[in-house]
Amino acid sequence: MSVLVYIENRDGQFKKNQLELMSYAKKISEASNQDIVTLSIGNVKEEEWARLSAHGATRVLNGENLPNQIDNEVFAQALFAAIELVQPKYLILSDNNTGKALAPRVSVKYRAGIVSGILGLPISYEPFIGKKRAYSGKAFAHVKVNSDLKVLTLSPNSFEIKESSGNVQLEAFEPTLPTPKTKVVQADKQTGKLLLSEADIVVSGGRGMKSADNWGPLEELAEAMGAATACSRPVSDEGWRPHHEHVGQTGKIIGPTLYIALGISGAIQHLAGVSSSKVIVAINKDPEAPIFAAADYGIVGDVQKLIPQLIVAYKELKQ
Amino acid sequence: MKILVCISNVPDTTTRIKLAGDKKSVETNGVQWIINPWDELALTRAMELSEQNAGSIQSISVVSVGDASVEPTLRKALAVGANEAIRVNLVPADSYSVAVQLAEVVKQENPDLVLLGIESSDFNSSGVGAMLAELLGFASASSVSSLELSSSGLTIKREVEGGTEQLECPLPAILSVQKGIALEPRIPAMRGIMMARSKPLKVVEPVAVEPLSEWIELELPEAKSACKMIPEDNAKELIRLLHEEAKVI
Repeated sequence: MSVLVYIENRDGQFKKNQLELMSYAKKISEASNQDIVTLSIGNVKEEEWARLSAHGATRVLNGENLPNQIDNEVFAQALFAAIELVQPKYLILSDNNTGKALAPRVSVKYRAGIVSGILGLPISYEPFIGKKRAYSGKAFAHVKVNSDLKVLTLSPNSFEIKESSGNVQLEAFEPTLPTPKTKVVQADKQTGKLLLSEADIVVSGGRGMKSADNWGPLEELAEAMGAATACSRPVSDEGWRPHHEHVGQTGKIIGPTLYIALGISGAIQHLAGVSSSKVIVAINKDPEAPIFAAADYGIVGDVQKLIPQLIVAYKELKQ
Repeated sequence: MKILVCISNVPDTTTRIKLAGDKKSVETNGVQWIINPWDELALTRAMELSEQNAGSIQSISVVSVGDASVEPTLRKALAVGANEAIRVNLVPADSYSVAVQLAEVVKQENPDLVLLGIESSDFNSSGVGAMLAELLGFASASSVSSLELSSSGLTIKREVEGGTEQLECPLPAILSVQKGIALEPRIPAMRGIMMARSKPLKVVEPVAVEPLSEWIELELPEAKSACKMIPEDNAKELIRLLHEEAKVI
């Protein structure tokens, strides 16, 4: 019996979310008294194994010769091969594009129930009940899984990274895979850029930013704070910012440690997408804006004037 | 080419969620029901493709799994331009139950392309698309943000962790779509609404399925404590509070 966790690398490195996932899988394996097996696909930099080790990894199925990004169906076949090999009780993935594409396939293949976007540790193990967001962040659901194999996709920022002693043993993993039906003809990477879903701090702009040309200072603030940038729906609809930055009910639902809303009024659809942030800061010129009801700290004022002052104040603090 | 768009019936995005007495479901009194926004994007893209590639798309069908209460939402899809609608008569317990029913419909209807949203705004499980692909063995991709017809099938863009990929995808195919796939959703015109009344809406009985998971309880987020207001000329104070009080920077 074991817990199988798929740890995804990006450009050969394991990012923060994946260390959360590793710590989480370790905790689940301890609580349910099972071995932990880690699956890695694609080429990983040598020094990264020590980091994984420090977060509890022991046996690692190392699919280093498999491509990093592959057709979902073929990728699922690799996952099935790992499942056949270790016969897990739990399969744990990130609730990201990869996890969303793969977990349902495992569910069908093994008749395994999923808690998608599980928030932290389960409410109970026997029976297995996990908590997830519902109604796009306006509620939470307690989901009971009836099957023997449980598939969990962990919501980012819902479990703290914990160091624990591991001892990585790499084991070559070379399943025979079918020919993919789809073919990648071009790949565009946002190398080096902090992903919205991975960020601890998110600086987000709304219609109160007035135009696409005013984003320079917001980006400067985000860069100074090591934050990712985001926006509200009207901003991405206007084309001021790309769609992948849209947070809210129909965009991305995020839960960073700190969410800074600049010139965002706070429509219910927007709040649904950010309400699980630990701390929310709102700056808006309208004192009646609903964002203030959801915020922990607020300033009624002009964002254009305040952003440069925030940059200065933040830099002073960090000196 | 035949396109099938799978639709989920969900509360309007402006709905304030209240729990029903059983704490397992939400209060539906006064709730406006709509096409799940991501499914609506899928339908909009199907309409756009049909207009841009005159004659190459023979029909656009929509399907939903639910009781009779989903029919007004299916009629709305017909009013914006779908040719026919199918309702599978089952209130589903989980994503798997939905996917199994949809797979049956696909086998009956033989569409070349199945489109659906990446998730529904009520269950947020992102499960159905990939489950359907696994059940049927069609070519598939998820998080699709761009879709064009090509000589060999489809040219699509999908979002992956830290970037995007352009793919060539043969038919038949199943795609889970997200924002960026289509322009603004369409508002049905009076003529469309009139025409929708006479378009076929077929009800089919479900196949037997054992759910793999169930929602046993719902809870609402805790109310926030009052917002601490800081004077406009004091950005420094805000930064200090975030550092010393909230301890987040």
